[in-house]
Amino acid sequence: MKRKFQIGWPVLGTLLGVLFLSPFYIVFTNSLKTQKGIFVNVMGLPTKEYFTFKNYVQAFIELDFIRSFLNSLLITVSSTLLIVIFASMAAWMLVRTKSRFSTFLFFFFAAAMLIPFQSVMLPLINLMGKLGLLNRVGIVFMYLGFGSSLSIMLYHGFIKSIPVELEEAAIIDGCNMFQVFWYIIFPLLKPITVTVCILNTMWIWNDFLLPQLVINRPGWHTIPLKMFYFFGQYSKRWDLALAGLVIAMIPIILFYFAAQKHIVKGVTQGSIK
Amino acid sequence: MKNSKYWFGFFVGPILIAFLMVVIIPALLGIYYSFTDWNGIVNDANWVGLRNYIDIFTKDKDFLNAFLFTAKFAFVSVITINIMGFGLALLVTKGMKMSNVLRSIFFMPNLIGGLILGFVWQFIFTKAFDTVGVNYGIAFLEGWLSTPATGFWGLVILMSWQLAGYMMVIYIAALENVPESLKEAAEIDGASPWQKLFHITIPLVTPAFTVGMFLTLSNSFKLFDQNLALTNGGPFKSTQMLALNIYSTAFTFNRLGLAQAKAVIFLITVAVITLTQLSYNKKREVEM
Repeated sequence: MKRKFQIGWPVLGTLLGVLFLSPFYIVFTNSLKTQKGIFVNVMGLPTKEYFTFKNYVQAFIELDFIRSFLNSLLITVSSTLLIVIFASMAAWMLVRTKSRFSTFLFFFFAAAMLIPFQSVMLPLINLMGKLGLLNRVGIVFMYLGFGSSLSIMLYHGFIKSIPVELEEAAIIDGCNMFQVFWYIIFPLLKPITVTVCILNTMWIWNDFLLPQLVINRPGWHTIPLKMFYFFGQYSKRWDLALAGLVIAMIPIILFYFAAQKHIVKGVTQGSIK
Repeated sequence: MKNSKYWFGFFVGPILIAFLMVVIIPALLGIYYSFTDWNGIVNDANWVGLRNYIDIFTKDKDFLNAFLFTAKFAFVSVITINIMGFGLALLVTKGMKMSNVLRSIFFMPNLIGGLILGFVWQFIFTKAFDTVGVNYGIAFLEGWLSTPATGFWGLVILMSWQLAGYMMVIYIAALENVPESLKEAAEIDGASPWQKLFHITIPLVTPAFTVGMFLTLSNSFKLFDQNLALTNGGPFKSTQMLALNIYSTAFTFNRLGLAQAKAVIFLITVAVITLTQLSYNKKREVEM
């Protein structure tokens, strides 16, 4: 009985692993076939007759990939940076200030997590349009607003465990509040900062709807936005569309391989709060 | 004292301004707009009272359908995603050599954006399934996403595949906290593997189920990208979910006031469901 189980688990694991990877396999192998090749043999590896790399060249050009990548990178990095700085500052102050107003503000931030994006998007776009913020600066500002709730909650939970004596000593030594925060508190927050960075990066990098509403101009497109229009344009051309999808997935998969441990840890922490 | 107020503003102010302008003010404006005939083209919106809400419940069949479809989808996918996630977590905590590789594989889909994954699965369902179905004469695999039922199950499969790894990570963290000694004691007492699972492991990881169900439930209700990319609501709006319905009311039909009334109903629904579910599960945790 026991023996059978021990052989059974790895077999089951392998089968499930293959099953989970199969969508990537199907997309990748077919992206290297001509359109006819996809039609003739969808499950097999690309044969010599139907092999092509041209899909990638064309998809790369049509996606304007370098520019879309840089747009995505610029927006993701600057939004995440601002979220990290301002959320950690706010969370520290909210933890250290013992007042009703401070408690209220914290719950205010936390409760807003329940608000789905679709229920604020129309007035938001209207308001931001009037303020002239429907551009790349504006979208960073909006990500700061949308990212605030979760990030403040994560920092808040972490800061509660930092002893206040550290700060008192620094204040006696003549530091002002900003110096206390920046030189003493902020470095101590590193573990949770990594988590906040990972969670916000993943979300902002993959976000589609907000960019579509805010920065819908050819030169400003992020990868998901560009992919959406590219796919619409070539919906009957799966050879091109699949190559485009592979290209669009590469950056995030590389990021995953590079920072897997941090990502898994960050996601776990982020969800348990 | 004055000084400390100044510092409070300095630290909390910047993000609070962004939060108010991006989330709170639009949410309040949204409630106001839901009582108007706002169309986004003419700037002045006229007060129409409850008319949008009445229209939604009396004339708008699509919204009701989207609501039911979303509820049905959420119900099924919460079950499939959490069972799969828990099963995968059990599997990779068996102490196999390949566990780490498997974890990486199962978690990977979760990182890629919903829009891209929607397109990926559109290809799999409409091309790969179809070709295999035709070649081997398996009628079941043909014509996926072209009927309401296959559209529904397509979405369930996509979301289960994407989120099972995410839930797995949460359940692994919980399973690692189950003391080994308890399981050993049960084993000595002659408990079967199933008995150990149902009487020791599962009761001890109940808090993780709360988290898992909360996340998958709110995620399913708010789903947009995958819905848009996989079926775009088709065929004939039969797989259109709430978020997509709001989106198309606003941007295809330019009825922003009506869309906003739907958005308010959407907000209330999401809030009520997730809060109810949270408090219900919390209660069960205590009882156990």
